Amino acid sequence: MSAENAVRKRVGRLSETTINMAHGSGGKKMRDLIEDVFLGAFHNRLLAPLEDQAVMNLADLAANGDRLAFTTDSYVVSPLFFPGGNIGALAVNGTVNDLAMCGARPLYLSCGVVLEEGLSVNTLRQIAATMREMADAAEVVIVTGDTKVVERGAADKLFINTSGVGVIPAGVSISATRAQVGDKIILNGFLGDHGCAILLARNELALETDIKTDCQPLHDLVRKMLDTCMDIHCLRDATRGGLGTVLNEFAESSNVAINITETAIPMRENVKGACELLGLDPLYLANEGKLVAIVPPDKADDLVDVMRKHPAGTEAAIIGEVVEAKDAIVVMQTAFGGSRIVDLLVGEQLPRIC
Amino acid sequence: MKYVDEFRDPVKARTLLNEINELIPKIEIVKDRPLQIMEVCGGHTHSIFRYGLQNMLPCEVEFVHGPGCPVCVLPMGRLDDCVALAELPHVIFTTFGDAMRVPGSKKSLLQAKAEGADVRMVYSPLDSLKLAKENPDKEVIFFGLGFETTMPSTALTVLQAKHDGIKNFSLFCNHITIIPTIKAILDSPQLEIDGFLGPGHVSMVIGIRPYDFIADHYHKPIVVAGFEPLDVLHSMWMVLKQLAEGRHEVENQYNRIVPSTGSVPALEAVQEVFELREFFEWRGLGSIDHSGVRVRDQYADWDSERKFPVPNLKIADPKACQCGEVLKGVIKPHQCKIFGTQCTPEMPMGALMVSTEGACAAYYNYGRVNITRNSAAATV
Repeated sequence: MSAENAVRKRVGRLSETTINMAHGSGGKKMRDLIEDVFLGAFHNRLLAPLEDQAVMNLADLAANGDRLAFTTDSYVVSPLFFPGGNIGALAVNGTVNDLAMCGARPLYLSCGVVLEEGLSVNTLRQIAATMREMADAAEVVIVTGDTKVVERGAADKLFINTSGVGVIPAGVSISATRAQVGDKIILNGFLGDHGCAILLARNELALETDIKTDCQPLHDLVRKMLDTCMDIHCLRDATRGGLGTVLNEFAESSNVAINITETAIPMRENVKGACELLGLDPLYLANEGKLVAIVPPDKADDLVDVMRKHPAGTEAAIIGEVVEAKDAIVVMQTAFGGSRIVDLLVGEQLPRIC
Repeated sequence: MKYVDEFRDPVKARTLLNEINELIPKIEIVKDRPLQIMEVCGGHTHSIFRYGLQNMLPCEVEFVHGPGCPVCVLPMGRLDDCVALAELPHVIFTTFGDAMRVPGSKKSLLQAKAEGADVRMVYSPLDSLKLAKENPDKEVIFFGLGFETTMPSTALTVLQAKHDGIKNFSLFCNHITIIPTIKAILDSPQLEIDGFLGPGHVSMVIGIRPYDFIADHYHKPIVVAGFEPLDVLHSMWMVLKQLAEGRHEVENQYNRIVPSTGSVPALEAVQEVFELREFFEWRGLGSIDHSGVRVRDQYADWDSERKFPVPNLKIADPKACQCGEVLKGVIKPHQCKIFGTQCTPEMPMGALMVSTEGACAAYYNYGRVNITRNSAAATV
């Protein structure tokens, strides 16, 4: 009891309401920021000592599998808050999902932030609280971090980098190179929610809808999928570049052709409508909680059944299959009865004139 | 989705395709060569590729992708003018999204933006006017481009600017008109076009009577067409039916949107603000008389060309580029010497590779399956 009180006594408190250069100076102000905002939100046994590194027990890692997975991602979204989430939710779930996509059980995250001076401390608190909430949901711990402050104009409010460490269970071998002719392609739910929510949150379009980001952790869904079929061939989350990009990556890496059916792809009516109005192709919209799996054909139905029972996969569906062809291309059978190539996007999608 | 799904019904599509197949043997031309039907508008090109319509149609029917992609037919010199305007101090240069990536002779607006020019994407010219009100110390320029479809909204914005006394807004006018262009294509000696799908949204403004000369003078059928895939197939069926029955008339498939007289208020606004230029330079097609409009004298205060120094340089199209022949239907996009090699959507040489509505980009992005199919069919 007395030891805990002693720790509490030295916890710094921020007196300012906005971030200034002093919060990145390495001095007392920076310590106040870290202790008040980040330690306050993330508080855990590995982070608490505030050493320059987190130290973890190898035996704990080895208990979860036989290989380590390590990934990093930076998050730069505008606006910071959008329907259904904020940049903090992306920063945790994005990295958790990158780990999950090789079958790893995500364990530890780092959190590096670049703050633009003038950022509201309350905003930062809210985002840190979301990160903690999402980390708990994803069963990971944020164990180390870094804070930098840059002058106004040198960054757009807040950038976050998270790196993650996870452990891959023995026997799991997921890779973009493993797609085989006959394999089925599964998507875990509605396409394009996140990309649409962000576009609309920028408020340039004067469109009102209730589209929310689909940002969610996928590790548990993947765990259930692996329990059903250890031999999942390919797995990737369809983030930037969307489904179209992921399928092209699979086709190219495995040197196969992929055939998808437009009518099989789950999509919300309001997302379809927004895409119609703006002239955007939903196949290339970003998602933050969608995975594409390529699986052996005899396991596909069982997998979809299992996925549909999981909250992150209620709309899971088989959307296509791997086929024999001389070129590594993705072809979509359109709802109208035609077919077209789904190619990699060149640059950003730009809305059409008329 | 209501009012959309009805126009994408694959069962109805099959019925139409069956009827189209029945019409083919009744058309004389088919005995010598495939029919060449030009869709004038880039919106149709987009639908044709997005829904894979070409490979649903019998191989006796070929689409020729016409000049109706305003981004594609803009000459490089005009793009250079845009960049020059955007790089002026105190200027906010506003544009529709798909014009951002079109290459000028040195750079695109996207590159100019990366280098520090204040270039912003807008969805409507009224957004630019709003920006002008919010930034009284800046000059806001709107890059007006497009056919009669977008002309009325630009004209109304200029009228609004005058009404509100907004002096820091101006229009860089690159609007073009469709009729002289269709005529130029019809007068081209190499041309083999058997009929037209007429532009839907242009016709919503100008009506269908301006096309009478196509039927009366050139004896070609034209059907003003909507943009949903069933609209396109239905209009194709109407063109083929005319050909089978030896008729050449102006018909309106898109009558749920297009009144035969057009839109009087829209035309009045256009008439008030714009006048025809003697000629306008088109990428790939060269100079076409009376094919562009400029801002009338009484609205000179809102005309960027009068307010700012515009270099107005003529830049020749790259030599290897065969955009003009593609636009006239003389060759198919993949028959161009540099298609897919020196000219790709990543590094577009020709304008048709830039916008997704451009025939070449559409072929490249969506259509290569069909090329394989067609060339395989051709060798049999």
